[in-house]
Amino acid sequence: MLARSPHAALRRLFDEVGAVDAVGIEERVAKYGTRSIKKAAKLWGLKLAASMVDLTTLEGKDTPGKVASLCQKALCPHDPELGVPQVAAVCVYPAMVKHARKALGSDTAVRIASVATAFPSGQAPLKTRLAEVKAAVGDGADEIDMVINRGAFLSGEFGVMQDEIRAVVAACGDATLKVILEVSELETYDNIRAASFLAMRVIREGDFIKTSTGKTSLNATLGNNQVMIEAIRDYYLDTGVSIAMKPAGGIRTAKQALTFLVAIKETLGDAWLNNARYRFGASALLNDLIRQIAKERSGAYQAPYYFSEATESY
Amino acid sequence: MPTLTAKKISTRPSRPAPELIFGDLWEFDPAPETADPKLKARYDLFINGQFVAPKSGKYFDSINPANEQKLAEIAQASAADVDVAYQAAKAAYDNVWGKMPGRERAKYLFRIARLLQDRAREFAVAETLDGGKPIKESRDFDVPMAAAHFFYHAGWADKLDYVAPGRRVAPLGVVGQVIPWNFPLLMLAWKLAPALAMGNTVVLKPAETTSITCLKLAEILQDAGLPPGVVNFVTGAGDVGAAVMNHPIPAKIAFTGSTEVGKIIMRSLAGTDKKMTLELGGKAANIVFDDAPLNQAVEGIVNGIFFNQGHVCCAGSRLLVHEPVAEQVLTKLKNRIKVLRVGDPLDKNTDIGAINSKEQLAKITSLVASGVKEGAVLFQPSGRLPTKGFYFRPTIFSGVSMSHRIAREEIFGPVLSILTFRTVDEAIEKANNTAYGLSAGVWTDKGSRILKMSTELKAGVVWANTYNKFDPTSPFGGYKESGFGREGGRQGLLDYCKLI
Repeated sequence: MLARSPHAALRRLFDEVGAVDAVGIEERVAKYGTRSIKKAAKLWGLKLAASMVDLTTLEGKDTPGKVASLCQKALCPHDPELGVPQVAAVCVYPAMVKHARKALGSDTAVRIASVATAFPSGQAPLKTRLAEVKAAVGDGADEIDMVINRGAFLSGEFGVMQDEIRAVVAACGDATLKVILEVSELETYDNIRAASFLAMRVIREGDFIKTSTGKTSLNATLGNNQVMIEAIRDYYLDTGVSIAMKPAGGIRTAKQALTFLVAIKETLGDAWLNNARYRFGASALLNDLIRQIAKERSGAYQAPYYFSEATESY
Repeated sequence: MPTLTAKKISTRPSRPAPELIFGDLWEFDPAPETADPKLKARYDLFINGQFVAPKSGKYFDSINPANEQKLAEIAQASAADVDVAYQAAKAAYDNVWGKMPGRERAKYLFRIARLLQDRAREFAVAETLDGGKPIKESRDFDVPMAAAHFFYHAGWADKLDYVAPGRRVAPLGVVGQVIPWNFPLLMLAWKLAPALAMGNTVVLKPAETTSITCLKLAEILQDAGLPPGVVNFVTGAGDVGAAVMNHPIPAKIAFTGSTEVGKIIMRSLAGTDKKMTLELGGKAANIVFDDAPLNQAVEGIVNGIFFNQGHVCCAGSRLLVHEPVAEQVLTKLKNRIKVLRVGDPLDKNTDIGAINSKEQLAKITSLVASGVKEGAVLFQPSGRLPTKGFYFRPTIFSGVSMSHRIAREEIFGPVLSILTFRTVDEAIEKANNTAYGLSAGVWTDKGSRILKMSTELKAGVVWANTYNKFDPTSPFGGYKESGFGREGGRQGLLDYCKLI
């Protein structure tokens, strides 16, 4: 009889989806950092990164006023003359969705993403979590960022974890779903790869997997990103279903963002170099991107206070 | 390994096989390294601490393989010059270096290492111009590793009483060394550092096509105040190498290069009392089992064969893949090599630079043609190559069998031959079925299998779940026709001394 322990369940899952060598992953991603991106290529990359930002505020002290100013920043990140594109989305708590909708209006390309499902812990009854998703969608959210049940994953109850994701998919309706794995709580690259596959098998083409909530010690790293985009690639080549990716938290500088984009270019290719397939969950990043874009034009760096501050970093 | 989806839906609408697009949506702008290599128009021989003109008065051109332009003129040594160099080395050994306490020799080695670090960018650019390797490799690997070898052996120089427990060691005297063109500066460091630390003096010949960084290092030796004659460099082609090998003075000959030349050297030295170490060719097997972390294995395979355009004696040129994952590994490899950037070696984004010489390019081209003729399936990514210079696309052959020439002969280029196996025993048998035995790689999640493989593979180095890892503390060398003797570590030092 097969062993029934959580460990044995994980072991069988690893055998099925393949393992990850931590040293190898870190060597691979170190090479992305040595790519030298200059001139036109740099400007193109910076603008692309800006268009991929999910401008985020997720704090207990968020107010309708704060969300409104975040939305203004999303619509017009800087002096239009500089040519900085609008960001992909704003990302707020469910209670703030209706305020964001009011600030953005209905005729806008900027999407509203809302973290739901008892973010960030997910430790609420499933019924409550689904109700939260439905409420956010009802208030006008275009995208839902859910957290997986890490407890279920770590105790080997993959069916429970997948059933919950399926239920959220159903609750989303037409809204895009982003499944947050919370990689720092999964701890190993093997677990991250396995959890990515479990999630991808129950979400729809165009839905996302996402690294983290931004609420724990370790968030998106190049290594986590690489494990997940390799999982996306392997799943795509196997099934033809394209899953999108969102690293979140910890990406603060333009240089970091470009390195993440190099990883996409060399792992998933051109089809993922757009904001339907790749996003950055970040807030401080946007101003650094704008600052670098301004520098490419003028040749000199401007002081940080030249750029409007609508968010605090997370 | 099973497929990656849990359950395939049988009624899935048929669509074309998914493909990834690695196009030019985000093309990188050129990013050339701009440091000045500080080349001289003409390089003389370095004998007895001085740059001296060759007796013949003749010079030959050193060209940049990336664009076929002349870089500098290099002195053409003759047997008479080699003799002068050996006399200088003998005098330096008898009067200065052989008698000097180890702790004093260490100071010179530390100085050389630091001066090399100070001028690292300059040396990296010179190495890339002269040899064609990508700047990111000369910058991140060749030059730092060369400095690391000097540092490591400097540390040994005052501790030689402990290198052979229970025994005392003494230097051999004068040693003659000949090095190849694939890692000009690094091979120089591998040869010089242990010889000098042990108290020997040296006459060394760099490869004909890559003499520049060697002669630039001579400037560092002068700046370090190394006593005249301790190190002498003679430049030229094979005839100079023969003169270095056959001179009566050296007590030891160290050679790194092809097996063909190694055999000639062994024949010519038979019957003499010269000590010898030879580091020769290889046809390493990189063995991937079905439980390996495949994405990282693919990265290791790419590292193993395309590092330095495959001009690596320990290159993982034969890939042995477990049958259940062969198809998957091939697909992953193809997608990986599509994003390798071939082109100007000085560009910081170049992954594969120029082939070292026209002759080498011709050799690679003819072996690849033989692979196609013998029925192996060739894959090369598309993409433009520079019009001038010597370039070759990364190449993988699938459907290779053990009798193919591309599975037996050392190609020394960016060409990978893929074979499959079914059982562990078959993998070992195929891996060992070669005249060479320099290195091997094993990729598996199972620790016990790594241990079994590493004892049964007849190779000097076996890498597990990685490839092409080097360290000054780790001995490197071969089995069978890949040579004998070790370089690096305590074992490497012992090859430069006599035990008393």
